[in-house]
Amino acid sequence: MSMVVEVDQLTLRYHDVTALDEVSCTLTGGKIYGLLGRNGSGKTSLLSVLAGYREHTDGQVRIGGLPVFDNAEVTSRVCLVRGSGDATQNSLKVADVLEFAAILRTSWDSDYAAELVELFSLPLNKTVGSLSHGRRSALGIVIGLASRTPLTMFDESYLGLDAPTRYKFYDAVLAEAMAQPRTIILSTHLIEEVSALFEEVLILDDGKLVLHEEAETLRASGCAVTGDAEVVDRFVDGLRVLGEKRLGRTKSAMVYGDLDAEQRAGASAAGLDLGPLALQDLFVHLTEPGDPS
Amino acid sequence: MFDDRSPIYRQIAEQIEADVLRGALGADDQVMSTTKYAAFHRINPATVAKAFQQLVDDGLLYKRRGVGMFVSPDAPETLRERRRKTFFTDVVDPMVAQARTLRIPAGELIDRITELSTGEEQP
Repeated sequence: MSMVVEVDQLTLRYHDVTALDEVSCTLTGGKIYGLLGRNGSGKTSLLSVLAGYREHTDGQVRIGGLPVFDNAEVTSRVCLVRGSGDATQNSLKVADVLEFAAILRTSWDSDYAAELVELFSLPLNKTVGSLSHGRRSALGIVIGLASRTPLTMFDESYLGLDAPTRYKFYDAVLAEAMAQPRTIILSTHLIEEVSALFEEVLILDDGKLVLHEEAETLRASGCAVTGDAEVVDRFVDGLRVLGEKRLGRTKSAMVYGDLDAEQRAGASAAGLDLGPLALQDLFVHLTEPGDPS
Repeated sequence: MFDDRSPIYRQIAEQIEADVLRGALGADDQVMSTTKYAAFHRINPATVAKAFQQLVDDGLLYKRRGVGMFVSPDAPETLRERRRKTFFTDVVDPMVAQARTLRIPAGELIDRITELSTGEEQP
């Protein structure tokens, strides 16, 4: 089961700080979404509004057609897992935290939770406060997955996890998304590692949504043009250039947008080398400080 | 396994094509399911489905409803035919250009090719 997420001109201000600036997007649901952005770009703010943790200042947010804030009918079907965990739970045992989570969510699956506890080797009788950073993240992951909520969001849930455990997390998310299609949003900095999991990617920069695109389309939508600096300059004139690197007479320009067959042939004839652009590079350049786009 | 630098569905399709050309996947062999493929390679199932769809459109795979995807009997020949068309521009031309940069005489290249081809049936 999944619910459509509709965000329209969403603005969130804390005093004089604008955390989200007229963000609009529609998530049709049943997919894995990647939410990318630099520190302070508004990722956690957006997820907090979607989870009903914060009331937005302006615009509209609807999940399954209903307003989110102060609406238990919606928030009981949404789960946001924060990477840092919840400090108020420090004195509770892991088993108790899981029990509370089960009471909170009607969709909770306790057999699946037990499976995940085993997978991530969580000690049920220890207090949350005594857990390592990584184990605490893993506890959040177990809660997010076992809640089986139609909208589940993991905000940098990989923090403190070692590589093998991160891969366990990715495998579990993927297996779950295929077994029980639901909307899963992953916010992350580790783009290269996790991007193959995404069906769609959203990029926030400075509170604005700068991009929302299918991951596969994104992978095909940029290229690096390399060659003699003057020839490169002439070729990219009029194209959207995200960034440039120069070494002696050689220059490499990152172009965003599809090149047609004629342009490709022209580049090849001019002795230019066309290479693919990595999602991570695209991300870095789209969120470059001072980027006018 | 898959890099982030070109559409992953294209890389999946190429991998399956390579398996067919090598004979690792034979005519009417079943291909791994979308779900298994996605889990094994840790990629989004929609991406895998897109690759499979392209292979179906190219006539290399066929679908049996409720069972799965299978290799078309003429897939190897279709692929060989397609690769033959671009073999010289994709493989030979760059090799010759590289040899020229390294100042390897054309004669040496020809000798090598002849040496590697002896014993082979002439078409």
